[in-house]
Amino acid sequence: MPVICREEGRTLVASVSGELDHHQAKAVMEELERRIDQALPRQLTLDLEKLTFTDSSGIAVLLRTWRRMGQIQGSMRVIHAPAQAKRVFRAAGLERMIRFE
Amino acid sequence: MKKENYVSMEFPSCSANEGFARAAAACFAAQLDPTLEEINDIKTAVSEAVTNAIVHAYPDTIGKVVMRLILREERVVEIVVKDWGVGMEDVERAREPMFTTGNEERAGMGFTIMESFMDVLKVRSTPGKGTTVTMRRKIARRGGR
Ligand SMILES: Nc1ncnc2c1ncn2[C@@H]1O[C@H](COP(=O)(O)OP(=O)(O)O)[C@@H](O)[C@H]1O
Ligand SMILES: [Mg+2]
Repeated sequence: MPVICREEGRTLVASVSGELDHHQAKAVMEELERRIDQALPRQLTLDLEKLTFTDSSGIAVLLRTWRRMGQIQGSMRVIHAPAQAKRVFRAAGLERMIRFE
Repeated sequence: MKKENYVSMEFPSCSANEGFARAAAACFAAQLDPTLEEINDIKTAVSEAVTNAIVHAYPDTIGKVVMRLILREERVVEIVVKDWGVGMEDVERAREPMFTTGNEERAGMGFTIMESFMDVLKVRSTPGKGTTVTMRRKIARRGGR
C-alpha cells in the first residue's frame, strides 16, 4: 500500500491510500515509523483522503503512530478521513486522543 | 427465519483473502439495494471476523475458513464465519473492548466493531476445535420500494 510523504518545514505530511486492513497494516506502520524516525517532525499530518477502507487494524496503526509521535514530543493530526474510516475510529474513541480535522 | 438466498465459500487463512471476503459480502448484500453506509458497515464487520480467523485461529499454520452469506426473510443479511482453529477459552472476555492476545498490530477492537456495526453478533467457540461467528444486519427498506 502506498504511503506518500512530504516534509513541510518541521511537519511531515503522510498520505495513506488504498485499503488499510490487516493485510496492509504492517507495511504501512513500518513505512510511517521509518519516515518519522528519519524526519523527526514536530507535527505529523496524516492525510486519509485516498483511504478506501479500514478496520480495527487501522485503529492499531493510528494509535501506534500517535504514541511514536508522543515519544519524540511531536503532535499528530488526521485530515480528510472518509466517512467509513471515521466511523471505525469513533467506535474506538480515537477522537478523544487524536485530533481529526 | 427462512433462507431466501445464500452463498457459501471456503478459502485458506491467508491475509490476501481479507479483501476478497469483504468484497464478496458487499456484492451479496447489494441485492437488497442497501445504502453506502449499510454496505460499509457489513464490509467492516466481515473484515474483522475474517481477519480474526486468519490471525488468531491459525497462528502458525494455514487453515480452512468458511464464510456463508445468507439472505433471510425481512431483508436480514446473515454472515457466518467459521474456522477450525485454536478456539477461545473465554469468549466473554475476548469480546471486551481492547482485549487482545495479539501483538502491537492488534487493537483488540474487532468484536467491539462487529457488535456496534451489526444488529446481532453471536460467537461460539471451543478450545482446540474452532470458532463460529454469526452476524446479522437488517437492511432498511428505502422509500418508493
Ligand atoms: N477466530 C478466533 N479464533 C481464536 N481466537 C480468536 C478468534 N477471534 C478472536 N479471538 C480472540 O479474541 C481476541 C479479541 O479479538 P478482537 O476483538 O478481534 O481483537 P484483535 O483481533 O485486535 O485481537 C483476540 O485477540 C483473540 O485472542
Ligand atoms: Mg480482530
